Amino acid sequence: MRKPRLVMVGNGMAGVRTLEELLKIAPDLYDITVFGAEPHPNYNRILLSPVLAGEQTLEEIVLNDWAWYEQHNIKLHAGCKVNDVDRTRRVVRAANGVSVAYDRLILATGSNPFMLPIPGKDLEGVLAYRDIADTQAMINAAAKYTEAVVIGGGLLGLEAANGLMKRGMKVTVVHSGKWLMERQLDEVAGKLLQKSLAERGMQFLMSAQTQELLGESDDAKNDLGHGRVRAVKFMDGSEVPTQLVVMAVGIRPNTALAEKMRLHVNRGIVVNDTMQTTTDPRIYAVGECAAHRGIAYGLVAPLFEQGKVLANHLAEFGIASYQGSLTSTKLKVTGIDLFSAGNFQGGSDTEEIVLTDPFAGVYKKLVLKDDKLVGACLYGDTVDGGWYFKLLREGRTLSDIRDKLMFGESNIGDAGHQGHSQAAAMQDTDEVCGCNGVTKGAICKAIQEKGLFTLDEVRKHTKASASCGSCTGLVEQIIMFTAGGDFSAPPKTKPLCACTDHGHQAVRDAIAKHHLLTAEKVRHFLEWRTPDGCPTCRPALNYYLISTWPKEARDDPQNRLINERSHANIQKDGTYSVVPRMWGGETTAAELRRIADVVDKYKIPTVKVTGGQRIDLLGVKKEDLQAVWQDIGMPSGHAYAKALRTVKTCVGSEWCRMGTQDSTQLGKDLEHAFVGMHAPHKVKFAVSGCPRNCAESGIKDVGIIGVESGWEMHVAGNGGIKTEVAQFFVKLKTAEEVLEYTGAFMQLYRREGWYLERTVHYVNRVGLDYLKRRILDDAEGRKALWTQLQSALADEPDPWFEFDKAGVDQRQFVPITPQNVRDSDQDAAPLQTSQEA
Amino acid sequence: MTQWTPICRADEIPELGARRISRERGLDVAVFRTGTGHIFALLDRCPHRGGPLSQGLVFGSSVACPLHNWTIQLTDGHATAPDEGCTPRFAVKVEGGIVYLSADELAHHATDLTRPSAGPCRVPIHA
Repeated sequence: MRKPRLVMVGNGMAGVRTLEELLKIAPDLYDITVFGAEPHPNYNRILLSPVLAGEQTLEEIVLNDWAWYEQHNIKLHAGCKVNDVDRTRRVVRAANGVSVAYDRLILATGSNPFMLPIPGKDLEGVLAYRDIADTQAMINAAAKYTEAVVIGGGLLGLEAANGLMKRGMKVTVVHSGKWLMERQLDEVAGKLLQKSLAERGMQFLMSAQTQELLGESDDAKNDLGHGRVRAVKFMDGSEVPTQLVVMAVGIRPNTALAEKMRLHVNRGIVVNDTMQTTTDPRIYAVGECAAHRGIAYGLVAPLFEQGKVLANHLAEFGIASYQGSLTSTKLKVTGIDLFSAGNFQGGSDTEEIVLTDPFAGVYKKLVLKDDKLVGACLYGDTVDGGWYFKLLREGRTLSDIRDKLMFGESNIGDAGHQGHSQAAAMQDTDEVCGCNGVTKGAICKAIQEKGLFTLDEVRKHTKASASCGSCTGLVEQIIMFTAGGDFSAPPKTKPLCACTDHGHQAVRDAIAKHHLLTAEKVRHFLEWRTPDGCPTCRPALNYYLISTWPKEARDDPQNRLINERSHANIQKDGTYSVVPRMWGGETTAAELRRIADVVDKYKIPTVKVTGGQRIDLLGVKKEDLQAVWQDIGMPSGHAYAKALRTVKTCVGSEWCRMGTQDSTQLGKDLEHAFVGMHAPHKVKFAVSGCPRNCAESGIKDVGIIGVESGWEMHVAGNGGIKTEVAQFFVKLKTAEEVLEYTGAFMQLYRREGWYLERTVHYVNRVGLDYLKRRILDDAEGRKALWTQLQSALADEPDPWFEFDKAGVDQRQFVPITPQNVRDSDQDAAPLQTSQEA
Repeated sequence: MTQWTPICRADEIPELGARRISRERGLDVAVFRTGTGHIFALLDRCPHRGGPLSQGLVFGSSVACPLHNWTIQLTDGHATAPDEGCTPRFAVKVEGGIVYLSADELAHHATDLTRPSAGPCRVPIHA
């Protein structure tokens, strides 16, 4: 049977990326033909600016070389324009006389530079800035001539001007607006940018209207359009002499062919969420030429997202859809950092937070509306661009971090990358990702060699920023400099995982509203794309089911990751660690003796005191776990679980000469009351007996600090990747009150928190004011929450002792020994050695 | 002629789970059961850093390693791209509800591979 024929018009980044995605999931489905107007294989157009500036070569920016097309049996007609498509006969006709029939057609024609319709635009030495030919022409001109004018002070124009200047030309940028890049920057940042470019020798004519371009032969005949350009003339009559004019006033989707084909065109070729044209179901459009929900995108990440969706449909999977993207901007001029996103201009209904340091060349403006970030414009220090973009996308309320917002994420206690905030200033040997030991050089190498563009791709290939994520900003900067990638992301809700488009809240709501009791039912009801989910969604669904329907839904151990399935922490060599519970961090001679005996008996190699005031036995073989638990005879410390871990205490008034309250006793009471409490993530408490706070209550999910007159309760602290100081919540009189208020807070967190969301993130999401309303202002509601939690915890089994009740699969602990099977079951009919040819 | 050794009943392996089979020499063999009831066997060792795959989470026809979440295909032992690596595969036969492994493979296949060691450093840094 003949393969269906897929023809693509356009050989640029979005189109070829689509083919790559298609070949990945359906390598042999189509007979593929590609037409490209340029006589080159697919190259990285974004990196033309570094090529112009002499920082990279043309060879270096090729993404798919000729061999790639051959390897994948793609017929490439390079340097060959398509003139006509006959939609009735389904034939593409090219300028070189080639005709190719198609079953499906992709239009990936990109965009065209917009040329000002002024006299002299066709003179020799007047260029656009779009492709390799333009770039080469500029490089050649720079070698021969000395003066250049760039019309257009936008992103592209400034990159062209910078490149020409680096090649030794005297460059004047002509801009019709009041400040540079007015679509990406506000006035202050635009002027800062102009100042710093002017310091490098670039000249500017602002608010200037170009009237015409004068040619060499104009004087003699007063006849335009002859010879080489010699000057630019403005409306006010002034002239600037030049031998090169680059027009960079904007781009327009290239829809000429589509219009000729009578496809619906409106700011681009109109497509639906599957990138199919609305006119002809056999024809798709992708990339800069396509208009999706009225927007033609020009940044690489949204275009690649489109390519992925289109490939999914071409492969006949039919399950992807493109929802549009939010985008942001960065300028690729080495040594100049700027970033903008969203509504950075602000308006009458917005508030602005501004930081200016003209001496250091730093300017930051954050635009807020209704307590949410709606825009950001950064100049000189952009390391937090990614973070602001994330806040903007998520629409998170900011009241709790508003005072710290301007100073960025890196000022809220990052660790792991030597305090670097400027990727450009780092050496290749400097470590960017402290979790996975990835250096700047390794990231650059992977980006170049594997053609990576997005944060996601870099994470997958190098693991940089894939663990704790605190170096994300640095990695984004490196992608920017190396590949010319950009920040952009799908809007609003982040899907729970790749199996679904639904976010955490939607899944939680559906489980509650429709009384769903099993993970299978949830996946079926919400139309999961995979039969049994993945390692990300399975534990999440399991938690949502048992926390929403505690007495009805079954806790399925196969939906839990190994630590919670085996009730111990797996180690790098496949052994486990065991942490028995020590209430409030106190132990006895008898307990210590039993522990010592177990260490000897089972030859446990390491005994370590933990940060949570307990003892960790490391290197226990899985087959010994049950016996170790039995012999120690202490309750599970849940050190492996998304549950209450430990209650750290100081010595308190029992012994301490400074102590004002009996913190140890309250710690023990809290631990007894909350033991076995499962939660969206691990939970840690601490109780200190005086404000010296030796138990470090300030970085715990709930931190209690004793004062002479009672107890202060602090919530949502965290001592991990980002040190987050707990927020003062309420001052209480008695220990009973501490239990009740803590219980109400925990029950809300258990019911409303998203899986793997620590209390700090939960509280940031819902806001401290909300918690105050539910817990402080509503006494009845608070008591009800505390009662609910107590009843949920009432008959919680200890998984180290009550295996059946806790649903522990005991088969996991002992390996099967084939010999034993045969011996013990010798008479059982089916278990005999069988032979076959 | 393949000599088949009976291991266990198929339903003794948890659905979407695994059992490990100890051997006289070499690391354990992990035997997996997918949601569709298919049985696969791999050496119980992730190609990345030697994690015990039998302790991982089984989904589709893959298992996610419990140490660093690499995804290994149960059908051929390969890591899912862009990760690279492969873990040795073992032949499986299911007959009359009983799972069999090849006796020869149990005795000799991939017996040279080891797990990473953990525990106290043998050479003190300040020595």
